[in-house]
Amino acid sequence: MARIEVNHLKYRYPHTENLALDGVSFQIEPGEFIGIIGKNGSGKSTLCQAFTGLIPNFYRGAYGGNVKIGEINVRDVEVDELCQKVGIVFQNPFNQITGSKLTVYDEIAFGLENLGLSRKEMIRRIDDALEQLDITRFRDRNPFDLSGGQMQRMAIASIIAMNPEIIILDEPTSQLDPQGSEEVFKAVQRLSQKGITIIMVEHKMEKIAAYSDRVMLLDEGKMIDFDTPQKIFSRDDLLEHGVLPPAFTRIGRGLDRKNAATGEYPVTLKEAKEALEGMAV
Amino acid sequence: MMGRLEIRDLHFSYTENEEILKGIDLVLDQQSTAIIGQNGAGKTTFVKLLKGLLQPTSGKIVYNGTDLSSMTVAQIAKHIGMVFQNPNDQIFKNSVIDEVMFGPMQVGMSKEEAKVHAMDALEMVGMEKKCKVNPYDLGLSERKLISIAAILAMDPEVIIFDEPTIAQDYAGKKCIGEIVEHLRNQGKLVLTIIHDMDFVAEHFDRAVVFAKGGVLLDGNPEKVFSRAEILEKAFLEQPNVTRLCHALGYEETFLTTDDFVEYKKGQ
Repeated sequence: MARIEVNHLKYRYPHTENLALDGVSFQIEPGEFIGIIGKNGSGKSTLCQAFTGLIPNFYRGAYGGNVKIGEINVRDVEVDELCQKVGIVFQNPFNQITGSKLTVYDEIAFGLENLGLSRKEMIRRIDDALEQLDITRFRDRNPFDLSGGQMQRMAIASIIAMNPEIIILDEPTSQLDPQGSEEVFKAVQRLSQKGITIIMVEHKMEKIAAYSDRVMLLDEGKMIDFDTPQKIFSRDDLLEHGVLPPAFTRIGRGLDRKNAATGEYPVTLKEAKEALEGMAV
Repeated sequence: MMGRLEIRDLHFSYTENEEILKGIDLVLDQQSTAIIGQNGAGKTTFVKLLKGLLQPTSGKIVYNGTDLSSMTVAQIAKHIGMVFQNPNDQIFKNSVIDEVMFGPMQVGMSKEEAKVHAMDALEMVGMEKKCKVNPYDLGLSERKLISIAAILAMDPEVIIFDEPTIAQDYAGKKCIGEIVEHLRNQGKLVLTIIHDMDFVAEHFDRAVVFAKGGVLLDGNPEKVFSRAEILEKAFLEQPNVTRLCHALGYEETFLTTDDFVEYKKGQ
């Protein structure tokens, strides 16, 4: 399994003046669940595209530093080589769907057909992916007849089926109902426990706090901090960076109750419950 | 004029075998109302019926005393505006200002009038400086704000949002929350489909839970969000602060973190 290493990454889109990423450096270990947060325009989606090599190989623009997936420098390989290691689920499922397949089943098969897998293996993986995202009952539907949430789950299933080592998800649950969103987080967590590295951009801070091993805070293309959810969400300057801490952290801060185990403000329901239980009801 | 929608025994199906809406009875007036429910519960279908984009299989929708089925989609558009879930389905012009002026001009405003309305609407969503930009050069969250401005500029009595907070960060959500409250205070009927329960708890007067093509719960957020078991059956969950208070064994239903913090401090 591959480690991710990013060194002094700088990037500017063609025909623009400002750096979208400005000197970002960090490492991510195999199997980590990483949440990326920050206001819109802070560089989150750009960083996601940099992991896949779409930046700079597809988007072009000015690029400095490097992104390494294991031994591979993403800039030096073709996107089709990297896509077997790194899968990305786009923010908008409409942009992900091929448009050339008439059923959900065939849509999920598309990536596998291009990898040249055996029929038997493809069937196994597609059935498994359908099951994991709970969309087996839609297998014969036209992808464009799905609701937004169903379509998003199909997009995730089509990436899971490719068995990548790293999965990048750019706001994967924005179109899902609360339980559908929770199911996606749980499915993604199971992948992470199998050793797949997960990198997720998300505005739902309560979910990021509950599921991430580490959280990266970006602002104006710079990495402000990269630490445990407890450390990140206890920062005093989050609002200045355009991020509202989880409801549980806001309550902990408002009542000045920290979690005994972490020494920080609570970030999850469980931590908040523990921190508050000592107080008189 | 204020808008009032009366929905009587509304049924709808796309295909013969599967009924999507199975008899909806609702009166919508004066309040900001959030429609919540599982993906596939029929929420988007319901609001498309309110816009006249779909025709009921049976039952009817009455707008201020007039049966919607007697009005054309163009006539309805003067009174009922809808912001699409996906801004790409709505946006088609090459500049932000043209996009936002298009709607008002279609409902009979002069160019000058449309411009004034468009600028007001853009200011409300904080995009007044981006008039000349091509909407396709903007990110998804900004395109969403443009699609909202395009409807606000038409000044309809009823405004329907389909998932307005998708892809919005803290600032964007705050802006949309303020728009909802502003429109409501202007006496508009605001209707929103939404999955963000914290947002409903903070900004809406009424929550209607859709499940399997029917209305499962209807009332103010305190009442609706106190019913944890029913919400779970509808694949929803309580707002985060409400969940915490239930976990701590409180009888009261708290809707915002501020309310809860104030309450605890007052003890």
